[in-house]
Amino acid sequence: MTERREPAEVGKSGTAAILAATQQAAQPAAQQAAQPAARPTTKPPGTQQATALPGVWRLGIASGALEVKAFFRDKMAVAFIFGLPSILLVLLGSIFGGQAAAHGVTVGQLFTAGMIAGGIMSTSFQYLAISIATERENGMLKRLSGTPMPRAAYFAGKFVQVLMCTVAETVLLMAVGIIFYHLHLPTSPGRWWTFAWVFLLGSATCALLGIAASSVPRSAASAAPVITLPFTVLNFISGVYVPFNDIPHWMQVLGSFFPLKWMAQGMRSVFLPTGADALETAHAWEHGRTALVLVIWLAAGLVLCAKTFRWQSRN
Amino acid sequence: MDNGAAVTVRGLRKSYRDVTAVDGIDLDIGHGEVFALLGPNGAGKTTTVEILEGFRRRDGGTAEVLGHDPARGSRAWRARIGIVLQLASTGPELTVLEMVRHFASFYPVPRPAREVIDLVGLADKASSRISRLSGGQTRRLDVALGIVGQPELLFLDEPTTGFDPEARRQFWDLIRNLRGDGTTILLTTHYLDEAEALADRIAVIAAGRIVASGDPASLGGRDAAAARVSWDAPGQTTRTTVQTATPTRLVAELAREFGGEVPGLTVTRPTLEDIYLDLISEARP
Repeated sequence: MTERREPAEVGKSGTAAILAATQQAAQPAAQQAAQPAARPTTKPPGTQQATALPGVWRLGIASGALEVKAFFRDKMAVAFIFGLPSILLVLLGSIFGGQAAAHGVTVGQLFTAGMIAGGIMSTSFQYLAISIATERENGMLKRLSGTPMPRAAYFAGKFVQVLMCTVAETVLLMAVGIIFYHLHLPTSPGRWWTFAWVFLLGSATCALLGIAASSVPRSAASAAPVITLPFTVLNFISGVYVPFNDIPHWMQVLGSFFPLKWMAQGMRSVFLPTGADALETAHAWEHGRTALVLVIWLAAGLVLCAKTFRWQSRN
Repeated sequence: MDNGAAVTVRGLRKSYRDVTAVDGIDLDIGHGEVFALLGPNGAGKTTTVEILEGFRRRDGGTAEVLGHDPARGSRAWRARIGIVLQLASTGPELTVLEMVRHFASFYPVPRPAREVIDLVGLADKASSRISRLSGGQTRRLDVALGIVGQPELLFLDEPTTGFDPEARRQFWDLIRNLRGDGTTILLTTHYLDEAEALADRIAVIAAGRIVASGDPASLGGRDAAAARVSWDAPGQTTRTTVQTATPTRLVAELAREFGGEVPGLTVTRPTLEDIYLDLISEARP
């Protein structure tokens, strides 16, 4: 990559850099004004297309990689976004795991499939909503919007970050399921195909809804509670924290309006043994309906983002 | 396109509901100039600057920044301006170097990240997390992120608020360096000594209007204002003070009168602060 324009500066000592900066400052102003885009002393040799603006994809991927780094350094994110679903899976599976559901399905498998859906929503919806609300309220978004960064690169970076963290989250939950609850990874291509589209459609939908929800909190301090409370309720009514068949009918109906219930159902269709669809409330996996609900929420998320996204705080 | 002024503003207006924040402002800032906008809180400084930065829409008038309308600023235009904003201390979990490099990547010809970090005096904090910086260090990072793209025009909105005196002096040196580099700088400040130390020209804004503009020495008729000549006249308990437009002639007369040294002689002109306070109080409704 020739784009990184910091030749030799890494090895330069502090004083040498200051000296170079002072020499640069001593140049006549007229020379600088005449060619503002190509100042001789700071333009490293061999740089072509000196005035070309960096591309959206390169910036998006670079900022996504940086955001992944920031995510795993953030203790709050690691504990409450990334770690909590696995901890809950171990707790809930150990407390209720003794009971066998039916049709050769264990409660541990049921929880694992549901928690994978919950984990996807945690690293996409919950994290994006909280982190973007914080960035908006602490002025980071305003600052970025004042630079030549293409706005698409910001969102590309968020999607790269969400994809990376959500893949890692899913792998972690699958590992917990395999180690503790005899979860069997699917062997048929059909099930992996179901996994792929439920994962991608689900995380994209939840990411868009997270970006939209980031406009709800009015301060950086309130972002986490304002987002986490409804998300926790959603986990209870969608078959993540409690098996879907065990919650009251009105909660099942309410949960069916939101994407998480359908993502959990989709993941059960991937990870539970054949015949387990008889345990579903509809006695079927309902893949068509799952896709439809997720696509509707995806479209709603897009519209909400376009209508509500602001680069500046309202305060 | 922009061989004229760096910033040209005519009849700029902006209202928030029933409050008029900016009430017909004209400004001309030349290339390479350090221009200070002075005024009390709520006078319209920040609104004016945010319109020029492209953060706010104007209600009326025209504005041209580096030859472009800031309300329709392109990426190429944004690459030529730098904005120093105050970030809350709760940044992402990144180091100073990572953050500066990230911002550098947005620009076609950035300054090398380490050079910028040295320039703002954060060299020994380059690998510290942003969240562990002190208030003053965070403000230096703000400046680093504003200048990393080698802007032709730099916006600084109250940059030294909260700085200790030593940090302010270092910051002033940095601004002088940037000016020597040919950077045009638009600065807003409460501090009159800061404006006097840095600015080539000053405009005083009060109640949404420019009430005076000029270089620090002649702002508001400061150079033409009457001088005060004071001395200790013999046999009198209080000092004698005379306001005069011709202090040199008076001093010469006094010297003749006293036949040499005039006891306790002082000649003073109004300070920038005297002029500023007069201008502000005149503008109050």
